[in-house]
Amino acid sequence: MHVALVDYGAGNLTSVRKAFAALGAEAHVCGEPGTLACGAAVVVPGVGHFEATASLAGAWRDAVRGAIGRGQAVLGICLGLQWFFEGSEEAPEVPGLGVLPGRCVLLRPGVPEAGQPALKVPHVGWNDVWPVAADPLLDGIRPGAQAYFTHSYAAPVTAETLAVTTHGVAFASVAGRGRVWGVQFHPEKSGTVGLRVLDNFLRLAATPQRRTRGAPPRVAPR
Amino acid sequence: MLSKRIIACLDVRDGAVVKGVRFEGLRRAGDPAALARRYNAEGIDELVILDVTATLESRRALGETIRAVSAELFIPLAVGGGIRSEADAAAAIEAGADKVSLNSAALLQPALITALANRYGSQAVVVAIDARRHGGRLAVFARSGSADAGREAVEWACEAADRGAGEILLTSMDADGTRAGFDCPLTAAVSGAVPIPVIASGGAGTFDHFVAVFTEGRADAALAASVFHDRDYAVVDLKAHLTACGIPVRSVE
Repeated sequence: MHVALVDYGAGNLTSVRKAFAALGAEAHVCGEPGTLACGAAVVVPGVGHFEATASLAGAWRDAVRGAIGRGQAVLGICLGLQWFFEGSEEAPEVPGLGVLPGRCVLLRPGVPEAGQPALKVPHVGWNDVWPVAADPLLDGIRPGAQAYFTHSYAAPVTAETLAVTTHGVAFASVAGRGRVWGVQFHPEKSGTVGLRVLDNFLRLAATPQRRTRGAPPRVAPR
Repeated sequence: MLSKRIIACLDVRDGAVVKGVRFEGLRRAGDPAALARRYNAEGIDELVILDVTATLESRRALGETIRAVSAELFIPLAVGGGIRSEADAAAAIEAGADKVSLNSAALLQPALITALANRYGSQAVVVAIDARRHGGRLAVFARSGSADAGREAVEWACEAADRGAGEILLTSMDADGTRAGFDCPLTAAVSGAVPIPVIASGGAGTFDHFVAVFTEGRADAALAASVFHDRDYAVVDLKAHLTACGIPVRSVE
């Protein structure tokens, strides 16, 4: 399995590459939009400020849209997930890809209960992931399994949300539509839980038929 | 709910794990990759590799250690000790580190914090602060705790956060190596002042020391080395104790 890793200059791709290698997949760092078609799967990683996704305008944007059109499986990680939405209040002037409806917003944990310290933003560390829709990306993931997060902005909970996580407020920790998925946490840094998600993604990428989306059972998070 | 993190620190010299008592009298404790594997199996949440000598020769050995650990462990890995330039940080990150920890270099050239945050994101930049009570203040020390940096810990932590640090690794030099408990007043003072997570370090000896630093110390994460290396207790037992005390921790899958 060949995975094309989109390298648009937002951070370090070593960990993602190593995680795919551990799963027996070869992840190629693609510095040119024209090379995305070579892999069965496309991964858009990313850390830092939403402004960094401005580098994904133009040719990259067309290339990722092309990959989606061809039915390649596409996974966004962290900032990559946020870029799939229409935009983010972190950089309102930078448009997102817009394959998922809604805009990302700053986590605002609100006023803490009496005697409790305020929740910190950025949200850094291991937190629970609660699936809200049956999706093969989350096969084998126990409800409430923990994954590693590090971010200040987050995606809204919408009809495309596959799992939610709460840090003062609930946000979409996994979202998807068709053969596009996004995870707010870092699967490459989330131990066996993260590797399972990446492995599920590889399996989905290897089976090119379109997903049936019907009406998945919805389970309220605890 | 966000878990409190338990972090194991591997103090490495020339490719082998050592642990200092009050920064002196280093003694050997094992092979870094083997220890990292054991911690991962036990459910450690994160690893820090600290190059305690940081000479040019040990830096090469360090790169190999980072590569060996990051090839098989998929939890966050921070690397510190002797990172003095953007090039040093790039080498550690290229080898597989997710975060670099800056100490003396950040004090000498605070602009390095911002440069690295711009290049790799704030989540990749940890500022390590070694502090001890000195002349009625929480004094920051540089160069492995040997030189008074003329800064106050809370004020320096706030500046580091403003400049783009993603986390503070706060070591109490008074408590380090004593196993008499974390320095909760120091940790609470810093954690209450900055918007970013604070990792408490120095003084871990019992399970209840961790409970204290997560409650009165307001720490977001706690780091220890020798208590884990020496198998005084296992991470899994520590987490069971924290859970029983109502502190949220990650369970091992």
